[in-house]
Amino acid sequence: MKINANIAISQSGYIFNPQTGESFSLNPIGVEVIRMLQEEKPKETIVASIVDRYDVTASAFACDLDDFVSLLKQYEMLTDE
Amino acid sequence: MDSSKKIRYERPLIKPINAMMPGKTGKDTYLVPVLDVDGVPVSALVEKYGSPLFVFSERKQRENIQRAKRSFTTRYPKVHFAWSYKTNYLDGICKIFHEEGSWAEVVSGFEYDKAIRNGVSGNHIIFNGPAKTKDDLKKAITNGSFIHIDNMDELYLLSDLSDELSIKPKVAVRVNLDTEINQIWDRFGFNYENGQAWDVLCKIVRMDKFELKGLHCHIGTFILTAHAYAVAAEKMANLACNVKQKLGVNIEYLDMGGGFASKNTLKASYLGGADVCPSFDEYAEAISTAIYKAPFKTSDLPVLILETGRALIDDAACLISTVLSNKRSSSGRRFTIIDAGVNMLFTSFWYDHKVSPAQPFSKYYEDVTLYGPLCMNIDVIREFVSLPLLNRGDHLVIHNVGAYNVSQWMQFITLRPYVVQVSREGKVSVLRKRETIETIVNQESSTTDNL
Amino acid sequence: MSDVKPYYTIAVTGLNAVDNPGPGVPVVRSLKEATSFSCRIVGLCYELMEPGAYMHDLVDVCYQVPYPSAGTEALLSRLDYINDKEHIDVIIPNFDAELFSYIKLENELSKRHIALFLPTLEQFEARQKFNLHDFGKRIGLEVPRSINCDTMDDFLGKSDRSEWSYPLVVKGRFYEAYVVHDDGQFVANFGKIAAQWGTPVIVQQFVEGSEFNVIGFGSADSKLLAAVPMRKQFITDKGKAWAGITVSDSRLVDMARRFVEASGWRGGFELELMRGRDGNAYVLEINPRIPAWVYLATAAGQNIPELLVNAALGKEVKAFDKYDVGKMFVRCSWDMIVDQEEFGAFSVSGEKDNRQK
Repeated sequence: MKINANIAISQSGYIFNPQTGESFSLNPIGVEVIRMLQEEKPKETIVASIVDRYDVTASAFACDLDDFVSLLKQYEMLTDE
Repeated sequence: MDSSKKIRYERPLIKPINAMMPGKTGKDTYLVPVLDVDGVPVSALVEKYGSPLFVFSERKQRENIQRAKRSFTTRYPKVHFAWSYKTNYLDGICKIFHEEGSWAEVVSGFEYDKAIRNGVSGNHIIFNGPAKTKDDLKKAITNGSFIHIDNMDELYLLSDLSDELSIKPKVAVRVNLDTEINQIWDRFGFNYENGQAWDVLCKIVRMDKFELKGLHCHIGTFILTAHAYAVAAEKMANLACNVKQKLGVNIEYLDMGGGFASKNTLKASYLGGADVCPSFDEYAEAISTAIYKAPFKTSDLPVLILETGRALIDDAACLISTVLSNKRSSSGRRFTIIDAGVNMLFTSFWYDHKVSPAQPFSKYYEDVTLYGPLCMNIDVIREFVSLPLLNRGDHLVIHNVGAYNVSQWMQFITLRPYVVQVSREGKVSVLRKRETIETIVNQESSTTDNL
Repeated sequence: MSDVKPYYTIAVTGLNAVDNPGPGVPVVRSLKEATSFSCRIVGLCYELMEPGAYMHDLVDVCYQVPYPSAGTEALLSRLDYINDKEHIDVIIPNFDAELFSYIKLENELSKRHIALFLPTLEQFEARQKFNLHDFGKRIGLEVPRSINCDTMDDFLGKSDRSEWSYPLVVKGRFYEAYVVHDDGQFVANFGKIAAQWGTPVIVQQFVEGSEFNVIGFGSADSKLLAAVPMRKQFITDKGKAWAGITVSDSRLVDMARRFVEASGWRGGFELELMRGRDGNAYVLEINPRIPAWVYLATAAGQNIPELLVNAALGKEVKAFDKYDVGKMFVRCSWDMIVDQEEFGAFSVSGEKDNRQK
């Protein structure tokens, strides 16, 4: 699972997908997560990193992360590898 | 890391930038978190009474009735309000309105008994509706209540009871009329325009078995144009003057019914209810001006009775609810399931109730469909609403739920929740306990009757 | 007399110069050509892609604002935020659907030294499409026969259906109108409009003829200060003029005068007229704001947005006594090239500063 290489993310949370021409906005935690996905961090590392800093349990965040990733797929930003 | 130092969590969000055609058709929400009800924290209320939970504000109810009274009494010399029991007949609510001087307006034997229980004297009860039983009527006649006649059968039944009890019942005639809006509630009472109402008034006077006291109308519900009341009041006032002139009876009161709108937003409305709902002043101006136009002698000016319910109580209550789960539709749309459904929030069938989160949130919103907890497809609280990112366990406050819900709700699939009230001093009292399984099964039985 | 012209900050809505354009961009163009003041423009946008937001020469800064359906409270809090940064002198709202909110906010805004020049709520309501028939009768303007319907059956089930004949016009209470020729089209378009704009839906007898519009302006003391009649020369499928020409017909100006004097109308307006085969001009609609073709009037010698700003600020204003006849406009679509970053930043922050570019 990998974020497509040509996706550009601005610090403000604006994303443009050059392949589909769609643009999106992210909240700050969304920016963090997508950057970790870009760096190809495994899911466990992402969960640990978020749970360490945010007021959330691992299971609750894992559930939200799955949902987030499924949307990235739907928006054609992920390649399965 | 110490959990107290952690950053407040919010779900990661990715949202397509809505490339709508520039125009003016979109809907959006600007919300602030609602952390308390009249100073009592939502979290404390939920901890004590559970979720969902109806919370009424005594302060708001008193403010509303006082404002309504001021609007009318500063324009018209003789005004009475009668609390519409069907709008909300919890004793703790009715008592507030009675304390503020309101009579009772009831539409069934059950509501009549409730008014008596609440200490309302019989001659301060207005008995409306199309379905009064013989026993109901006997009670009302004996107590000297005002009976508003809906149909001819009822008139003759009352005539018989008048003979039987040797008492002249105090009556008014329910009139329906065209007020230049599209609602004409001609299923209740006698029509003005086609002369039915006049005929029945003549009959009542001729029969000489009644004390004809008043005329009553109730032009519809959620009437957003004050002008409709001006039309109705003018017709009612002219009818009263005709009764005086041609039949020689002085009509002592005009009961203009209810139907004033609340601040809720009707589903078909583009502008928000808080903006389009006429004020009490506007309704009062329309009604009083119209009555003054009629040729009453100053001494004969009738008492004006108002039975408004919704406009006095709707914004005095909220329903606290809790997020049960989040999921996505087949197209990726956010569905959020909460623990309050249409079984207790009947009014979500016709309003887009305003919904506020009960905890702080960021500027990030998503479009959501809010579902209730029932395993029924109709259980939708808001079809389209923009809300901050909600987590399981977060609380929501659904506004303007004071009218009809706590009387029209049903026990279906789940039990009905606590109803509490915050007093003016900020104290919380229980108006109605949460139902338990015993509440339900105690009414069930397996005895056999031989008929 | 001093040569230094006053300098105002003017906020304008309706920058959606699209196929069915809002009046914002031509209003700004007129303001920039004002001779009695100079100004900077704050664009108030509902949508990210309103073309005016990307016209750096015309609009200085832009802010997203909540839709009228979000309520006046939300609008006021957003305007407070914007005003803190921009110190607005005058707001010119350009959409029918937002006027209700601005009229309600007039007092609040005046406390903040922000001026508006709008009709009263009574004037605004009286000319609403669903009141127009009675209003026209009262002030002596001819209006085609119409009824307001909450449901389709209010028309389809009418006992005097035989007195109506297709084609009819089915109109939303704020926007949109369709000409329908049979029950099938009636049902389809009625549903569409009711879903979008709520009820009542207005059903009006269609009048055959040629279309004229009059742009006008009423002063605080019920005088007609400006009026320019225009004949539509090319009409889009949405019924909008894509080209038009000013005409000299004084009867049309008289209708505008009667409207202002009878209703006491304050501010800009547009009469949409149909001159029927019988020679009479029927009022199809009265729009409670400046129309999108306002720049034609400016070019013909009557700068109505400038007049509006001066009237709003309590300056002395004089009635125009002439305009150029035969002045013509042809509307144009133009593809601007927009910096994607600029769009992205606007979408995230809801604010946009065109002066930095």
